Amino acid sequence: MSATSWGWLVLLFPLLGSIAIAVGFRALPARVAGAIGTATIGIAFLCGVAMLVNLLGDAPDARHHASSLWDYASVAGLDVKLGIFVDPLSTFMVLVVTGVSALIHLYSFGYMRSDEGYHRFFSYLNFFVFSMLLLVLAGNFVLLIVGWAFVGFASYALISFWYRRTTATRAGMKAFVINVVGDIGLVLAALLIFRELGTFEYGAVFAKAPEVFSTNEWTITAICLLLLVGAFAKSAQLPLHTWLPDAMEGPTPVSSLIHAATMVTAGVYLIARTHVLFVLAPTAADVAAFTGLATLLVAATIALVMTDLKRAIAYSTMSQIGYMVVGVSIGAYSAGMFHLMTHAFFKALLFMAAGSIIAAMANEQNIDRMSGFGKAMRFTSATMLCGGLALAAFPLTSGFFSKDEILAYAGARGGMYVTFTVLGYFGAFLTAIYTFRLLFRVLHGEPCPEAQELIETGHVHHAHPFNPATGEEEDTEVGFPGAEHHIAEQSPPMRIAMAVLAFLALFGGLVQVPGVDNVIADFLDPVFADSPLAAIHPSTSWSWIGLGIGAVISLAGIGVAHRLYVARPEAPARLKERFALVHTFLFNKWYFDEAIDLFVVRPALAVGRFANRVFERAVVDGLVLGTEDVVGGSGRVVRFVQSGFVRSYALLLIAGFAGLALYFLLSSS
Amino acid sequence: MNIEWYVVLSSLLFAVGAMGILIRRSPIVILLCLELMLNAGNLALVAFSRMVGNQQGQVFAIVVMVVAACEVVVGLGLIVALFRRKLPLDVDALRELRG
Repeated sequence: MSATSWGWLVLLFPLLGSIAIAVGFRALPARVAGAIGTATIGIAFLCGVAMLVNLLGDAPDARHHASSLWDYASVAGLDVKLGIFVDPLSTFMVLVVTGVSALIHLYSFGYMRSDEGYHRFFSYLNFFVFSMLLLVLAGNFVLLIVGWAFVGFASYALISFWYRRTTATRAGMKAFVINVVGDIGLVLAALLIFRELGTFEYGAVFAKAPEVFSTNEWTITAICLLLLVGAFAKSAQLPLHTWLPDAMEGPTPVSSLIHAATMVTAGVYLIARTHVLFVLAPTAADVAAFTGLATLLVAATIALVMTDLKRAIAYSTMSQIGYMVVGVSIGAYSAGMFHLMTHAFFKALLFMAAGSIIAAMANEQNIDRMSGFGKAMRFTSATMLCGGLALAAFPLTSGFFSKDEILAYAGARGGMYVTFTVLGYFGAFLTAIYTFRLLFRVLHGEPCPEAQELIETGHVHHAHPFNPATGEEEDTEVGFPGAEHHIAEQSPPMRIAMAVLAFLALFGGLVQVPGVDNVIADFLDPVFADSPLAAIHPSTSWSWIGLGIGAVISLAGIGVAHRLYVARPEAPARLKERFALVHTFLFNKWYFDEAIDLFVVRPALAVGRFANRVFERAVVDGLVLGTEDVVGGSGRVVRFVQSGFVRSYALLLIAGFAGLALYFLLSSS
Repeated sequence: MNIEWYVVLSSLLFAVGAMGILIRRSPIVILLCLELMLNAGNLALVAFSRMVGNQQGQVFAIVVMVVAACEVVVGLGLIVALFRRKLPLDVDALRELRG
């Protein structure tokens, strides 16, 4: 079978799984539904591997295949095919998405056990994976938009999964609205591309673009900026990021899947996929790079003070995606994709571990109330430590190599791009601090009551489930989280998933060590061969110097965190008091929500109210009621003529005719 | 004979019919008066046809007779229906369709 046939199978299985679970939700026992969901993604992963093997059989510069099943829309001048595009980039994304998703499905199999909406969850989850695969495999911009919008919907459905929690439904809406802003950008970009180039197909667009556009022409810059709107909304970059922390209202496997490993990296994939356009619009690429840089620093500072475990990790995700965006924008394409992969491993793992702890805390997510889980949940804390080390770029873990490669490339490109290296290392320092802040505060110290109970009885009983965000009491019916989500220590599927990811988080970086091996870059390079930026390579010695600096910075960050949160536990409070202003500023997330509320939401609401009060009342109502008055009034007048007397009608008739006759007689003479 | 005589007779007949419709309340008489008006028209048509010298006016007169026959059928049918339902044979009493 050819690579594209495997590609179609990759798409087919998650879709089948989603439909089978959705249709058979009454007939299928919960276990079976979960097994179907997990197995279909697993099979999709195997198909992805087969696709990879097939692709490796080709010569490196012939590794791109387009295939279409049928015409999606075919009218004059427009010919959109339902087609996929298989090349190293999409294969890479397919493997990351299906691989991590399969593990997360396995984790959900245990984690969601007590939830009433088990079938619904797996159906959504499979649909999400299908949409994501459609997004990465699409062979033209139209199908890309379809996948893009499907992913947005799936994300909405999963964030609002516990739909009877008002906080969750509101978060889902927020995510959906912001994602639609991005969709608009992407659609406009695609239409502009069609206007200029007359096609939506990737191959044709990328072949024609360098001939049609001159560098930095305004049209190509506009196209790239619109693409960036889409990418930023999906990838939670400033200023369209506020939905991501709120999306933590969803079940933890969802956070792990959508908001760490897959969906939020769609923007990075989009920039990498359309790198041909970005090479033609260096200004737009610089905008992307600087936005990524700003995001990584802002998010890292916010993560320093977040007290919500999952939200802190969510800000860390934003920050890490900032690195990827910087990478793919400045030309470190394979490095950015490499970081995307390692990040998928360790961030999915961190979320799983967090989910485990949050389950033990009865959905409580505040780290102020957590401590001492290191003793209570040994397996979870061990895996969380693995994920934390990789995130903090501890030497020789996966994050260490991937993050450094982006920064080394920025240094090698020189000029103003050295800024990215310097500030990137500063971001890495912050990353190490906030990661280990979380780890020390959650795992270290005297066990909190829940952890103590776990140590003593091996089980935590939660009598009254409640919403940690509002404090409202909740029941455990469908649409609410179950009474207790089983903790990792007790559920083998969750353990397997976490163990595999922990292994990958620790050793996944070894596939690409400067001067030793170069697996990812060698595989992806044919895709980016047409970009002049891909020719820049930091020398091996410089890379190792960079790695050395990275190691020192990571260890320094961990050291600072240790000093603050273990050695002198009273220090953070003192710092907080001393820098109260800064702390408040960071704690309120740089007031982004408030700013957006002030500059977008309130004006929009005011316009809505104005339209309702003035326009609706005066103009629309005026028109409607005025018409009614005119018709009714004239009706009342005419009614008097309808007396019911036949003879008066006859008189009117005769008088009328007589009048007419008289008129014609007079006018003719 | 001069055409004026015919026209004057026709107008008189028409005026009698119209006046009858306006002042009489019995539906039967109204029907008769209608016939009178139609035939006044017929008379004028035939007279003008003779004057012009072709047959088109006469053909029209025949059409009017057919219409008159139909109208009488409907009108008499209505009157019979009124009678059967024991309603007053007085057009002023039958004014349920007033606005």
